[in-house]
Amino acid sequence: MRIVFKTNYMQDIRPWKDGYQLGLYLALLAVVAAAPWWLDDFYLGELTNVLIWAIAGLGLMVLTGHTGQVSLGHAAFLAFGCYANVILLEAGVPFLIAFPLAGILTGIAGVTVAIPALRLHGIYLAIFTMALSILMDDVIVLAEPLTGGVGGKFIGGVDIFGLTIDRWGTPVQFFWLVLGVTVLVTLGYINLLRAPLGRSFIAVRDSEVSAQAMGVDIARTKMISFALSCAVTGWAGALMGMFSGAFNNETFSVVISIQLLMMIVIGGLGSIHGAFLGAIVIGFLPQFLSISKEYVGALFGGNTVAIPGLEFGIFGMILIAFILFEPMGMYGRWLKIRTWFELFPFYRKDMFKRQKSYLKTERLR
Amino acid sequence: MSLLEFQNVTLKFGGLTAVNDLSFAVEEGEVFAIVGPNGAGKSTVFNLISRFYDPFAGSIRFDGHDLLQVKPSGVAAYGVARTFQNIELFEHATVLQNLLVGRHRHRKTNLLSEVLFLPSARRQEVENREKVEEIIDFLDLQAYRDKMISGLPYGVRKVVEVARALATDPKLLLLDEPASGLSVEETTDMRWWIDDIRRQMGITVLMVEHDMGLVSGVSDRVLAMADGAMLALGTPAQVQSHPAVVEAYLGKAS
Repeated sequence: MRIVFKTNYMQDIRPWKDGYQLGLYLALLAVVAAAPWWLDDFYLGELTNVLIWAIAGLGLMVLTGHTGQVSLGHAAFLAFGCYANVILLEAGVPFLIAFPLAGILTGIAGVTVAIPALRLHGIYLAIFTMALSILMDDVIVLAEPLTGGVGGKFIGGVDIFGLTIDRWGTPVQFFWLVLGVTVLVTLGYINLLRAPLGRSFIAVRDSEVSAQAMGVDIARTKMISFALSCAVTGWAGALMGMFSGAFNNETFSVVISIQLLMMIVIGGLGSIHGAFLGAIVIGFLPQFLSISKEYVGALFGGNTVAIPGLEFGIFGMILIAFILFEPMGMYGRWLKIRTWFELFPFYRKDMFKRQKSYLKTERLR
Repeated sequence: MSLLEFQNVTLKFGGLTAVNDLSFAVEEGEVFAIVGPNGAGKSTVFNLISRFYDPFAGSIRFDGHDLLQVKPSGVAAYGVARTFQNIELFEHATVLQNLLVGRHRHRKTNLLSEVLFLPSARRQEVENREKVEEIIDFLDLQAYRDKMISGLPYGVRKVVEVARALATDPKLLLLDEPASGLSVEETTDMRWWIDDIRRQMGITVLMVEHDMGLVSGVSDRVLAMADGAMLALGTPAQVQSHPAVVEAYLGKAS
């Protein structure tokens, strides 16, 4: 086990524990950034998809994982960001302005939605946001002059200082764009978590009563959380639109919302790692299934018929397994494995067992 | 002028009068205890100060400000910190993070400077940590510094809650049953700490407590309540021997 002796405050404030940990993450970043050299175009596209889902996951993680507000409606904000980006680009706004603006507009939309949602808790908030996701479908159809309605919209390449970035034409450049956004969002998230605002999110999640007594304005904090969450989700939506090239009212259905929420639960709520781990599962599961289907088909000599709903079925089973056996998600499991090795042979089975909560102060409202 | 003043405060829940025409004042620098049987309205007094409830009538003033004009999250800004009867810590955060939330009222940075972690945010974090480390030192919490609350024993959680309240740098500290559920040694520790909080830090303490040993050990004045109304107010010895208090606890001699 590595023990870090802290001799000044900055050692505690900086996001990495020691040089070793920083080195590991930089090495990981280098390996991923070099992906175009060790992956073919198909898998590079898949990796890009995973990163986009990870950004969306980070967006939802702020709200659900750290502020404790369940949202089943984030597909609506993916759609908002996607359409905002395209509409701005079509209006002739350069990408470097249109893209950030798309996220900011989505954030503003998020706050507008948050105001009536502030008083809702738990399941009621989930239902409210789910309704939002369903409504978005109709809104896109009704706003046809702006959104193209059922016919949808198309997006080609974009220009950044004369460099064309196109999902199909220049997949490598598009990958680096997505990677860049992922890194920026992740760094911002890390900074947030070590600053007062991030801690006030956690405070609101764990105990609203005492957060209030510490001077945290609950309504304001939730609103900022909604804004940040929706802005990041909007960026993910914009990238998703560029990734698929074409989209209409059905692209961002409520199923995407549910998938997004399942993703961060599987990955591990309340951790940045969780968003990435969940995105890897979501992104690679279809590929994994089709490969294993071929393999199993070949093994038994049968033909490889498509089984309808197989993907969602397997996905659902994975989710159930996680909620039953590892509510802390993949990241929680990883922490346990790591602790086992670090403390070997002193790991105790109940080390991560949550103590039964003591009686909570009666909710005051 | 007193630090905290209750004037004819009445609070009703439907037909139940939780606090009935209560008036008292807490002077700066004293340890003031509220005692009384269950349901006497002691915790309700705390929740009134925290602005979780709006009183039916009367006024509550703190340090020259009308508390009733403040929203619940604004009370901390005046320098009132509290603990809860049933421990309301942020369970899935470390002890250090919990204490740092206590520093929230001193936040000067905004969203942008925090997301970019500008030098101002960095400086503020260092300042917060200096203060928090002092408190960790004061309450002997070094061993638990980076531990998650969800894995801590009950006794330690009680101390962490006091620490978090102290981290806000309060003028008035409200302790809701600081010794409930603590062992004899832990209660003794708590007694010295309350004494030190008043003497070294100069913080006024208002506490609700059932343990009469602790109450008579540290408090300067005691308010006895029953059914939302004041029974007696005075030194611990005066209140303990007051006939109305004896009657409320033991019943009338026949």
